[in-house]
Amino acid sequence: MSTPAELKYAETHEWVKVDRTSQPPQAVVGITDFAVKQLNDLVYMELPRVGQELNAGKEFGEVESVKAVSPLYAPLSGKVVAVNSDLPQDLDRLVKDPYGDGWLIKLELTDESGLDKLLDADAYSKQCAAEG
Amino acid sequence: MTSTTTPELRQTPLVDWHRAHGGQLVPFAGFELPVHYGSIVGEHTACRSAAALFDVSHMGRLRFEGPRAGELLDRLLTRPASQLHVGTVRYALVCHPDGGTVDDVLVSRLQPASASESHFLLVVNAANHPRISRLIEQQSVDFPDVVSRDVTSDTAMLAVQGPRAVAIADRLFHGAAGRLKYYRATFAELAGRPVVVSRTGYTGEDGVELIVRAHDAVRLADNLLLAGREHGLQPAGLGARDTLRLEAGMPLYGHELDDQRDPLAAGLGFAVELTPGRTFIGSDALRSIVASGGPSMVRIGLMVDGRRPAREGAPVLSPQGNSLGLVTSGTFAPTLQRPIAMAYVPREFAEPQGRLQVDIRGNLTDATVVDLPFYRRPKDNA
Repeated sequence: MSTPAELKYAETHEWVKVDRTSQPPQAVVGITDFAVKQLNDLVYMELPRVGQELNAGKEFGEVESVKAVSPLYAPLSGKVVAVNSDLPQDLDRLVKDPYGDGWLIKLELTDESGLDKLLDADAYSKQCAAEG
Repeated sequence: MTSTTTPELRQTPLVDWHRAHGGQLVPFAGFELPVHYGSIVGEHTACRSAAALFDVSHMGRLRFEGPRAGELLDRLLTRPASQLHVGTVRYALVCHPDGGTVDDVLVSRLQPASASESHFLLVVNAANHPRISRLIEQQSVDFPDVVSRDVTSDTAMLAVQGPRAVAIADRLFHGAAGRLKYYRATFAELAGRPVVVSRTGYTGEDGVELIVRAHDAVRLADNLLLAGREHGLQPAGLGARDTLRLEAGMPLYGHELDDQRDPLAAGLGFAVELTPGRTFIGSDALRSIVASGGPSMVRIGLMVDGRRPAREGAPVLSPQGNSLGLVTSGTFAPTLQRPIAMAYVPREFAEPQGRLQVDIRGNLTDATVVDLPFYRRPKDNA
């Protein structure tokens, strides 16, 4: 299982990568390698639209495997500025590259305070070990 | 994605074997069982194209001996057991007095070469095992000479399913599986240990179900995996078992069958024998359903448009948007590569090719009524 050290993680298995080169800063959001492996055999995904406002901890979409439906929870609050809209048609990309090509959305971060509540790679790995 | 720690889960004799082979264990009907060993779709595909090995030891196994054993079972089962020839297996149901379903079961009549008399074996769903045992206890009052024995924990049960399954089993049992016709059973041996071999299954594929003593279970599983290596045999979990049985249009208790649903509504009339004079628990209720023109709600198959599966509990609506019933099971079908579902609707909406709608978490999605099963194995495998 891969858990890149430079990312932040939500307990609900989303990852966040903050990009400070844009103003205001943006956050790329995806789901972790652990989550993708746990979900197993993905068949369907629903993502939000550009412009939608997300609230931290609230559902913003869903991912569905042969086994079950799992909600996607926003790790941070912010406005959706980009969506990986081809991804639902090609979920293999999420399986092969969950931290790159398999990204889900980009958020515009108006309030960065939520970042403190996210886990670092070590803490997230420990959580996965306990769940897995 | 949440971890569940449920106390007092029962384990099958293969629990360590599952762990050693990468099985992800989950609680199911009070047992700790593998949901998959890596990929539900991979295991499903192995079963359709080669063979898959399932641990079904959680299912209840009850043995009945004595001259009147068949008669006792006749009172419980929608098909008479007493008329079974030695070596035959039947699918049947156990009903409540009002016709609702207590369980669906397999009953076999077996006779070991060394025995002077035959006995019956009833295989029941794990979740219904306790109440079936209670029903039998109640009936036993009238049949003091029938010896019934719960052999579930003394034995293990494995299923080998798929087009290569019989060839694999026959490398162990010297052709005994291949000589069996469908829904026949016999005794065989593995290294001198007795094995019940039954040409049955729950996947829509050809295959066998094997019962051995609990302490022979690991040896059997290892031998099967070894014999099956060149045939592409893979261990498979509950996830693939569910998608396989769904494609095969087979009901699962707690979903398509329950205390309220009767076997006729479930489309299982073939397993209900209401010949004049025959009585069993629920026979009067089932006769009056037939006399009144049949069940009002019936089980249907649905092919759902798009790629999003309609899950259990999803409302089924008419094209005009009127509520008709609920989905009882649904998934993305790995072989058909599209979502399928089973549901109950009023009989007038059950006509194949009819268009209905399914409410998938707020999204109305079109669906087509189809004949069951969704998937039928190619004839040359049969």
